[in-house]
Amino acid sequence: METTPLRLKELSKKEVLLTAGHRMCSGCGAPIIVKMVLLASEYPVVACSSTGCLEVSSCISLLTAWKIPWIHSAFENAAATIAGTETMYRALKKQGRIDKEIKFITFCGDGGTYDIGFQSLSGAMERGHDMLYICYDNGAYMNTGIQRSSATPYGADTTTCPAGSVVPGKLQKRKDLTKIMAAHNIPYVAQASPSHWLDLMKKVRKAIEIKGPKFMNIIAPCNRGWRSMTNDAILLSRLAVETCYWPLYEVEHGITKITVTPKEKKPVIDFLKLQGRFKHLFAPENEWMLKKIQEDIDKDWELLLKAAVTEKEEEK
Amino acid sequence: MGKIVAATGNEAVAEALRQINPDVCAAYPITPQTDMMQRFASFVSDGKVDTEIMLVESEHSAMSACIGASAGGGRVATATSGPGLALMWEMLYVASGMRLPIVMPVVNRSLSAPLNIHGDHSDAMGARDSGWIQLWSENAQEAYDNTIQAFRIGEHMDIRLPVMVCLDGFIISHSIERMEYLDDNVVKAFVREYKSLNPLLDVENPKSIGPLILPDLYHEYKRAQHEVMTKVKDVVLDVAEDFKKISGRSYGLFETYRLDDAEIAVVILNSAAGTAKDIVDEFREKGIKAGLLKPRLFRPFPYEEVAHALKNLKAVCIMDRADSFGGYGPLFMEVSSALYPLNDRPIMINKIYGLGGRDFMPQHAEIVLDELVEIVKTGKFKTIKEYIGVRE
Ligand SMILES: Cc1ncc(C[n+]2csc(CCOP(=O)(O)OP(=O)(O)O)c2C)c(N)n1
Ligand code: SF4
Ligand SMILES: [Mg+2]
Repeated sequence: METTPLRLKELSKKEVLLTAGHRMCSGCGAPIIVKMVLLASEYPVVACSSTGCLEVSSCISLLTAWKIPWIHSAFENAAATIAGTETMYRALKKQGRIDKEIKFITFCGDGGTYDIGFQSLSGAMERGHDMLYICYDNGAYMNTGIQRSSATPYGADTTTCPAGSVVPGKLQKRKDLTKIMAAHNIPYVAQASPSHWLDLMKKVRKAIEIKGPKFMNIIAPCNRGWRSMTNDAILLSRLAVETCYWPLYEVEHGITKITVTPKEKKPVIDFLKLQGRFKHLFAPENEWMLKKIQEDIDKDWELLLKAAVTEKEEEK
Repeated sequence: MGKIVAATGNEAVAEALRQINPDVCAAYPITPQTDMMQRFASFVSDGKVDTEIMLVESEHSAMSACIGASAGGGRVATATSGPGLALMWEMLYVASGMRLPIVMPVVNRSLSAPLNIHGDHSDAMGARDSGWIQLWSENAQEAYDNTIQAFRIGEHMDIRLPVMVCLDGFIISHSIERMEYLDDNVVKAFVREYKSLNPLLDVENPKSIGPLILPDLYHEYKRAQHEVMTKVKDVVLDVAEDFKKISGRSYGLFETYRLDDAEIAVVILNSAAGTAKDIVDEFREKGIKAGLLKPRLFRPFPYEEVAHALKNLKAVCIMDRADSFGGYGPLFMEVSSALYPLNDRPIMINKIYGLGGRDFMPQHAEIVLDELVEIVKTGKFKTIKEYIGVRE
């Protein structure tokens, strides 16, 4: 198959499969991610979303922003739903009732992935469906008004863990879902960021070509929930990578590889200080929390470096 | 011609599913359904069906997968019991709201707490408002026949709704009965090729399924579901007529037993109807005009037809194997609603029996019919709703 080179000039000629006019907030990270993923795919895609911001804003009443087949059935079951469609595809293909090569991709929020949809996701991955599960992680239940999820970072202020005079925001560290998915021993797991579009699209391409269950976790800035500027989605996702808050790596058949190493690892406060949800951490009495966030990031980054093969090792 | 066999209810329904050969089947074990899907899984393993089986991690995912698969554009089945059906609850409404003709045998089981694996109708009655068609079955033969007809009914182009086929846990699912299987090619020809409608897998004509619908349109969507339900009765009867041609067995919206000239009767679902029919016979032998009505199509409920069948009775006992705590039993609510518009209607009482697998014995039917005789004699009843067969 002739593939479009991952160059802006060529990609700009491709049809964008999520139309403008959807009702996500301006500057939202989620639709940027959807567009990048669909641009990377050279195959027809059937998509599925769990209930959440992307879902409620992209298909309302008689209007849809999706130019590809798309289904939403509920909040907690996108993986099982698309697994059903993928299974039907295999059944019909086996019987010669369908001949096209079709790919199956979910676009789900962190709530629908880390929390309520976790069992359904884990089950679908274990069963080995040929599907790519993409989580756009904006770190809270945004659609229902910024409630904490298990993806909400430590210290963040949300409407259910508000920073108050006694409790300074969320007291638990985020669940490391990417690692948990890698522990499912599926063929491909990756973390990506829309700031690094080429890295993101390469990962999508790779994932799509691999048969079996794939999982990608993509950071998705949400200016409403993060209380940041509407034009900062790309800047913030870049800072998330450069501070190693959101390392870009992949785990392919069990081998961990860091795909983008920041030239200079920036302090995490560079990422935090642009977001209102962390504002209270900059009060003198919460300095210990900022320290803890930095320490955790440093530790996790060290662990990732240890787990990852270096390029030299790879050459061997 | 068909084949006379000795089979359990689970075995018979699994056999029907083998003959129908759905494209996708999702399964999750739960007593007393488990051995139905185990049998089906061995059909898959032995290459006796083309079905892709999905051995999911919960009933919630089973129904979700059925939704994704059915929306994809093919024939889909699953089966469950009690808590499994309860866990599917949210997705039952999604399946019917999306108008997906999924067929699901429900091997009726009680709900916790306390935990109990035995038969009653709490599960399916709890799902009666979910927009699914419900067919109820007295024995293995009816469960088999209803399963085959369910595909034709649900997949009918004017209907496109999911269908539950209810059969009693253990009493029917695990008891061996004499029954008849139709030939494979007869079943195949009867259910016909699956016709898809707006399939998700038609990538050339992309559709969005499952939108957000706000108050400006939601009400109309729901009325459309109500309206399609009003067409179901006719389709059920048409399909039954076709089915009679291949099987010689007659099905309607409900079965009446010695009801034509009856003065008293019981209305009762599923396996207990068999026991009650024997006692109706005994009362007839004593010269008492007793009869019975056994609903088959519970959703949509055939109100006018039931009212017509019961209107000449003097007293009727509606028997529920499920309770709506703080309310009357669910079958009673329907039958009394059916009879209410009549100027002259029988006295109606409601008995709750057989919960969590408590046996429904001939003497229970006897006590009920005796009470109806007494009501007719005195024109008075002591209480509308009462539990029977209770250990005091
Ligand atoms: C069973 C169920 N529980 C709760 C909800 C309410 N609900 C809808 S969307 C949502 C949050 C979605 O969060 P996430 O998946 O992170 O997506 P986001 O909106 O942040 O993009 C919640 C709690 C629901 N729709 N269904
Ligand atoms: S609330 Fe956040 S995630 Fe939701 S549409 Fe707005 S920016 Fe996007
Ligand atoms: Mg979210």
